[in-house]
Amino acid sequence: MYAVFRKELADHFSSRRFMILFGLVFLSAMLAIYVAIQTIRGVVGPTSEFIFLKIFTTQGENLPSFLFFLSLFIPIIGIALGFDAVNNERSTGNLSRLISQPIYRDAVINGKFLAGVTILGMMIVSVVLIVGGLGLRIVGVPPTGEEVVRLLAFVAVSIVYGGFWMALGVLFSVFFRRTATSMLASVAVWIFFFFFLGVIAGAVTNAVAPVDANSTIEAVVSNATLEGSLSRISPCTLYGEATVALLTPELGSVNPTLMVLSSYSGRMANPLPLTDSLILIWPQVVTIIALGAICFGVSYIRFMREEIRSI
Amino acid sequence: MGQAVVEATGLTKVYDGFTAVNNLNLRIEEGEMFGFLGANGAGKTTTLLMLLGLTDPTSGQVRVCGKDPMREPLDVKRLVGYLPEKVGFYEDLTAKQNLNYTAELNRIPVREAGERIDSLLKTVGLSEVADKRVSTYSRGMKQRLGIADIWIKEPKLAFLDEPTTGIDPNGLDDILGLISDMGKKGITVIFCSHVLPQVQKLCSRVGILAKGELVADGAIDRLGQEGGGSGRYRMEAEVDAAQPEIADVIRGVAGVRDAVLNGNVISITADSDLRGQISRAIIDSGALLVGMRVEEYSLEKIYKRYSKEA
Repeated sequence: MYAVFRKELADHFSSRRFMILFGLVFLSAMLAIYVAIQTIRGVVGPTSEFIFLKIFTTQGENLPSFLFFLSLFIPIIGIALGFDAVNNERSTGNLSRLISQPIYRDAVINGKFLAGVTILGMMIVSVVLIVGGLGLRIVGVPPTGEEVVRLLAFVAVSIVYGGFWMALGVLFSVFFRRTATSMLASVAVWIFFFFFLGVIAGAVTNAVAPVDANSTIEAVVSNATLEGSLSRISPCTLYGEATVALLTPELGSVNPTLMVLSSYSGRMANPLPLTDSLILIWPQVVTIIALGAICFGVSYIRFMREEIRSI
Repeated sequence: MGQAVVEATGLTKVYDGFTAVNNLNLRIEEGEMFGFLGANGAGKTTTLLMLLGLTDPTSGQVRVCGKDPMREPLDVKRLVGYLPEKVGFYEDLTAKQNLNYTAELNRIPVREAGERIDSLLKTVGLSEVADKRVSTYSRGMKQRLGIADIWIKEPKLAFLDEPTTGIDPNGLDDILGLISDMGKKGITVIFCSHVLPQVQKLCSRVGILAKGELVADGAIDRLGQEGGGSGRYRMEAEVDAAQPEIADVIRGVAGVRDAVLNGNVISITADSDLRGQISRAIIDSGALLVGMRVEEYSLEKIYKRYSKEA
């Protein structure tokens, strides 16, 4: 498996795809820095805590935050690294050559997946380092120990999240023969989760548990709970909640997601301590890991059991 | 009898109700060049995939170099090189890098791999372009690279599935030469092809597969004798200005079974090679003998006859 892993990694590094993705991520980092320079003075007061984290989360008037960019790009990177993992080998005639070598068949898929996750991890780590490093110079406030831990957790969650999207891409690459189809399918799933599910969740909730100005508190709560549960089908929502809890520990009107989340568990300290944040996001992270594991598991089984007819 | 490299007994493969390979018995000995013939969809590739352990047989037994490809797939794959019909390489990598990857997958030590790759690329005539991307290669070059790719692991057995499809005549000679070199190096070769003259040139023995069944298996001249009319020789004699009586004259030669005049050419069937006696009979009859030849067993005829029978 190590041979496959190494080869895939080397391929990624020299591929145009990697350059493009990295360019995209790098640009978003630059933009984040720009936004931070523009706006950070406005959001930070003399009593502010977690100033360093604000570099990652502040948004400008018209410009979204680094966090938003990353939540947009991670699925794209994941899909881009996974969507043609197997069917490209097949269509180029490499797969038959590969599996007639003395390696176990799963070495192919494992090696590819691991190489993809490695690339993904390197991209995320480097972009966070770039933003953090430049931010440090510009803001001039060094991160506290807690902020560093929160950032590390954020990086880990992001890699897990990207891993899910890559597993989804690999899944489609096993099931669809054509790379164009598998890419479209992956992107369609992403668009559905990212844009549509929230709308659908809202519509369904309003149909099932409608609220208006005269509704009781219970009705409003049940409405919000239902909508939250429905939209939590989407890994995008899960990732959003997890990163918000990690990077913006302050409760308050600016942070409705965290308010709702913490109200479930009765953790209302302000700002939320690190351990509480981690406990809070644990279900989200586990769900993302589980989704990724399911995708990878299904593609693994399918790939291993697939009968080779003529290749 | 030599050592059996491939031994298949009662090999059967059924794909959703369709029998691709039916009760195939095959024994190939070490160092043989075995030509595996059959129409498209006759089950050649399926048989190879089963021998390689990439597809499970529905029933039957396979032993490759004494090992069961189902139970010990890695051992079998270490010993067998498989050149698939639609072979492909990583187009963005050079020939050297592609071969390096194969060497790595076969756990060949780096230094040894480097030496083997260099000498192999020389053998297949690709040393000049060894550092060019495979995407710049012609079909023939890729096929030669494919041969290097299975050669690098120094297999005991090589499966070549249609290695000559879509190759120009010069390239064809190169590839056939390489395959014959492989055989000389002691590698047992199973060679699937539709191009029968090539098979005839290379292979000592052929098996003909039709609708999943092995309808013929043996040396080409033995099959030819069987196919050519129960062990008879066929000859043709060409004469100048043939008279109808000449056929009778030839029929009078001892051992000649039949002679048919067709224009100036007489087709003769005999029990043995009677060219000497026949030519004397023709000259004695006053006719001028222009030419004479013994019909060779053409694999094409053998193939057509056997595949029609099925």
